[in-house]
Amino acid sequence: MIHRYIKWGVLIVLALGAPVLMPAIKTQLAMLMLMITFALTWDIMGGQMGYNSFGNIVFFGVGMYVTAVIQRDMFFTAEEYETMAGALGAIDGTDYLTGLVIGLAASIVVCVVLAAILGAGILKLRGHYFAICTLGLGIAAAEIAGGIDYIGAGSGLVTPTFPNEYLGDRGYFFYYYFLVLAVVAFLVLSWLYRGQFGLAINAIRDDEDKAEAMGIHTTRYKTMAWCISAFFLALAGGAMGNLVGFIDPSEVAFAGATYGVWMVLMAILGGKGTIWGPVIGAAVFHIMQELFWTYLFGWQRVALGALIIAIVVFFPEGIMGFVRARWPELLGHKVDHQTPESRIVP
Amino acid sequence: MTSPLLQVSGVSKAFGGVVANNDISLEVPEGKIIGLIGPNGSGKTTLFNSIVGYHPIDSGSILYCGNDISNMHVPEIARLGLLRTFQQTRVYGLMTCMDNMRISVPHVNEGFRHMVARHSESVADRAEELLEFVGLYSKRRLMAGDLSFGQQKLLEFAMALMNEPRLLLLDEPTAGINPTLINGLIDRLQRASETLGITLLVIEHNMRVIMNLAEHIYCLAHGEMLADGAPSELQNDQRVIDAYLGAH
Repeated sequence: MIHRYIKWGVLIVLALGAPVLMPAIKTQLAMLMLMITFALTWDIMGGQMGYNSFGNIVFFGVGMYVTAVIQRDMFFTAEEYETMAGALGAIDGTDYLTGLVIGLAASIVVCVVLAAILGAGILKLRGHYFAICTLGLGIAAAEIAGGIDYIGAGSGLVTPTFPNEYLGDRGYFFYYYFLVLAVVAFLVLSWLYRGQFGLAINAIRDDEDKAEAMGIHTTRYKTMAWCISAFFLALAGGAMGNLVGFIDPSEVAFAGATYGVWMVLMAILGGKGTIWGPVIGAAVFHIMQELFWTYLFGWQRVALGALIIAIVVFFPEGIMGFVRARWPELLGHKVDHQTPESRIVP
Repeated sequence: MTSPLLQVSGVSKAFGGVVANNDISLEVPEGKIIGLIGPNGSGKTTLFNSIVGYHPIDSGSILYCGNDISNMHVPEIARLGLLRTFQQTRVYGLMTCMDNMRISVPHVNEGFRHMVARHSESVADRAEELLEFVGLYSKRRLMAGDLSFGQQKLLEFAMALMNEPRLLLLDEPTAGINPTLINGLIDRLQRASETLGITLLVIEHNMRVIMNLAEHIYCLAHGEMLADGAPSELQNDQRVIDAYLGAH
């Protein structure tokens, strides 16, 4: 028991102290927390429910745009905003926070409703068909966003400048924001996975026809799973726009080729369908990526590609899957060592 | 006379040009064990699929508890207490036996709160009780996918009981089960019927099993209802014997 408290205590101190200890990389640390949130929310559908979604990035991007547009329209006219080109000295801390909070709240509503609507349409698809359809969603979203003048079209949208003089350093602000988001996502999901929700989406993963035949409300659970992903991704996207400062439709908001793929890889690397897998996977992946960027500059994309291939070939079950197969007792699985009765084939 | 729990009247189902069921009628009275036999490809499983709403029927009607269910979908029908098991067993392979049992609770009148909440202790107790009933208690922490085929059949049966159905359609419950275990299974089916009051409609190829179990048997051949009657009548019915021995 004491052992457990020490373990958690060390984790908490590390998480709270990291940006203070390593101020030079606090933005990277904030990104790490974002990556953990990405992997955790992808795993709801991809790992626990067996629906590989490449479209979760849509909610991230929509959340980012909704938050930024509300922050812009609450305090500036379009002309003012245009001429200031993002160098907004006129906004104070209270206005900034008010805009951010209302923007985030609105993006949650928009993203959850969007997930419910999209889910009603495409959650009927199974397996590869669902994956391909969601892949299309992400690409379409970027194209659509690039064509709407109101949100800056292809030239992007600048988010309000962070008021350093009122709220302190924005690196710290967003690190703690993303830390809280990742921790809340982790706690909410581990609570949900222990209840009927977790059992139901696992049942859908293992055999959806059987789940239907047993009377499980499969459509409700599937929609709910996607709405939960959308909820956290809206909060992640809204803040990410403010951290980056500039929203490009295909490079930042609907970045399917980077974030959209990474969230899948991180969950697979760590171990799909486990609660700690995505966290570990995101940490390993993000650290490797930053190391490549620092020490293999020029080759960082090649190295990343090699890492991705290595993940898929050597860790198809992920780090947690690997550990579970070798040392199941370590993760609390009880094993019956008696030889199983020989399979009788019908 | 009270109306039967399940009344299938004049049901037809064709897949393209293949008529799998042609004008099938049968009745399952409450509390009885009814058998459904017929050679391979005679349309037994198609009839099961039609009853539980897996595919729409071309004509005819299916009444359950006096209500027409022929246009309803699988999960809705299941929540009314009309459940089926599969010929090829279907369990949730990457979940433990206990988790398989826990998620098999009845899902009728389930609100948002039930969807996210944890199950109470009584659910776990009931799950353990039923695993004990089918003889899988010692396997409760194993992954269902690691069980043998026969054990998966037993688990599937226990899951069905966990769902508290009124009518249970069993598709070949003894297929692939070790002959020495079959007697135990017959006994459990009878006990489920007697003590839990579950009505059973059973597809079975093992004649010894179905003759001992069912009170009334329907025999399908080539998608049509060939004969029905008490086990002793059917055993001596020349048409049934011909159908099985291939006189057609």
